Amino acid sequence: MPPGVRPTDRPVLAVLVPGLPQLLRGRIASGGFALLLWIFFVVVVVVRWDRVSGAIAAGFDHQVALATLILGMALVWGWSLRDALRTEPEPRVGRSQWTLATRAFRKNRVAVLGLMAVTLFYLTALLTPFLAPFDPTQQGSLVAERMLPPSGEHLMGTDQFARDVLSRVLYGARVSLSIGFVAAGIAITIGTLLGAISGFVGGKVDDMIMRFVDMVISFPRLVLLITIIALFEPSIFLIITVLGLTQWPQSTRIVRGEVLSLREREFVQAGKALGYSAPRMILRHVIPNTLAPVIVAATLGIGDTIVLEAGLSFLGLGIQPPTPSWGTMVADGRADLLGGWWMSTFPGLAIVFVVLSFNLAGDGLRDALDPRLRSG
Amino acid sequence: MTRFLLRRILGAIPLVLGIATIVFFVLNLAPGDPVSFFTSPAVTPEVLEQMRRNLGLDQPVHVRYWRWMTSMLQGDFGVSFARNQPVREIIADILPNTLILSVAAMFLAFVGGVVVGVLQAIRQNRFVDSALSVIALFFYSMPSFWLALMLILIFSLGARNLWGWPIWFPASGMTSVDYPFMSPGAQLRDRVMHLVLPSFSLALVLAAGIARYTRGSMLEVIRQDYIRTARAKGLSERRVVLKHALRNALIPVITLFGLSLPFLFSGAVLIETVFAWPGMGRLVYGAITQRDYPVVMAGAFMFGVIVILGNLLADILYSFVDPRIRYD
Repeated sequence: MPPGVRPTDRPVLAVLVPGLPQLLRGRIASGGFALLLWIFFVVVVVVRWDRVSGAIAAGFDHQVALATLILGMALVWGWSLRDALRTEPEPRVGRSQWTLATRAFRKNRVAVLGLMAVTLFYLTALLTPFLAPFDPTQQGSLVAERMLPPSGEHLMGTDQFARDVLSRVLYGARVSLSIGFVAAGIAITIGTLLGAISGFVGGKVDDMIMRFVDMVISFPRLVLLITIIALFEPSIFLIITVLGLTQWPQSTRIVRGEVLSLREREFVQAGKALGYSAPRMILRHVIPNTLAPVIVAATLGIGDTIVLEAGLSFLGLGIQPPTPSWGTMVADGRADLLGGWWMSTFPGLAIVFVVLSFNLAGDGLRDALDPRLRSG
Repeated sequence: MTRFLLRRILGAIPLVLGIATIVFFVLNLAPGDPVSFFTSPAVTPEVLEQMRRNLGLDQPVHVRYWRWMTSMLQGDFGVSFARNQPVREIIADILPNTLILSVAAMFLAFVGGVVVGVLQAIRQNRFVDSALSVIALFFYSMPSFWLALMLILIFSLGARNLWGWPIWFPASGMTSVDYPFMSPGAQLRDRVMHLVLPSFSLALVLAAGIARYTRGSMLEVIRQDYIRTARAKGLSERRVVLKHALRNALIPVITLFGLSLPFLFSGAVLIETVFAWPGMGRLVYGAITQRDYPVVMAGAFMFGVIVILGNLLADILYSFVDPRIRYD
């Protein structure tokens, strides 16, 4: 046996059951998660073979789901095989800030769990066309299937229009998760740019931007949101844009604080001495060094955004029916809270668990990315 | 001290005016016609035109802005389109209701949050700490309107109709139908009972955040030298924690008071809707859907003013309890 090859490596096993060799070697987290994902994918393919095989002809949603399935399986399989075939011990050189942060994050078990849950939620959302037992907008028999309590056939019961609640919760995930992601993206882009300009340029520009930030922050965000949305036609694009446009002040403050401390550093002085233009300094040298706290704020911001979107939908100003959205579903259940408790309870629980996993992952990221909080 | 106060108050004025300006332009530059609320086959276009003129909507934006600003600064918020009643009267009726709810929720949130945070800090990394952390994060991730529905389901509907508990809480309004016929003692009890569920729904989410913050602040203080000194002097653990550590750990928590106000009011819009609580949040939400601009502008303005006043109060309190902050 050549030196460096670990005797416990089982490439054949890795080909057949990805994740299992890693799990057997005692890597519970990565191996277990890979195995879990693999089982998930295989079960989907086997149980829903009719839908998977007919996906290409079944429209865009199904095509996306098929692409996700193939890509996901390829990734898990490829990772496991490469990992099992690796003959060199892990390289010990070149520990960048990011490597250190990854290691610190991995030590935080709860945060890793949160990140895995987030991954699973996104996968579920993308694979929903294969997973959902029923069509979320298909109304059943209003006489026989209306407001059935949870049972074997309808795991979360049915609503007033005899629609399957579980399928609606699954389809609702797509709205919540994509809105959270895109709105956070808009918010950190604007927030980072304005914060960097504010901190780097200083003076009057800084004063003006920060006064504006103070004003937006001291305003109840939901009131601002319903004001703007009520004036236009509610649509998913409007909601994403408005959520993103009202979330940036937090990241502006964070980035500005970081930039103020970076501004006096040697590498910025060097850049100035070399005659770099302000935009080049900001975009190429200042912003990359402020990314860590921004990523944390974005992760925690996704949770806030999902809750806010649910609140808007709850008031009837968010996603419009018949598209299922968790907030709307909770509101629908209000009509008969006692007789149909499952109608409000399950979509609400879905919100709680998704937001909880984003918050766990965000907390872990903050601890991992902040060198002051990092232990060992 | 007086100079510090004066400077802070003067600094808040442009903020208030800025908020008013933003609210005005968002509402007035957006598409939509307030008079459309009255449109029906029975109303001729001439009448609508006359209404527009009466409401001053035929004037250019800058004229309307100037008029609105000057009259608002004199305390006149105009007349509600939908209710045909001076906005000042409406707000004077309704603002106290929101304040009752907010103050109750704030009180519950800060007391509960600080107690949980301190408990966690003195039992750091033990079972109590991790259990409370998980519970706090769970509540922190919860939409308040869903929590409200679950509380209604359990402590109002379920308690009364399913399980027959001796105590259940009303889930709608501020008072019962027979409130005017009650004795003063029963009236007070009725009001408190109606306040329980809405204030808890608002407070729990906030308390979870405060607990997280208090824990961190407390842990930082407990490591300080003067705490070791206090222990070395032979003071009881109780005295060390409550007298020496808590007082200093609470200083940064004060800033949360100002920061949590906008969050509280956002929650109030939803909670007041769920509990049919006649407060500002529900008023503004109703006015927005009816395009009742004077009410929306006045309501949004009031929210902004209260938040700024809250922040001002937090700043002053902060400088009061922390002698390291100088007044000039």
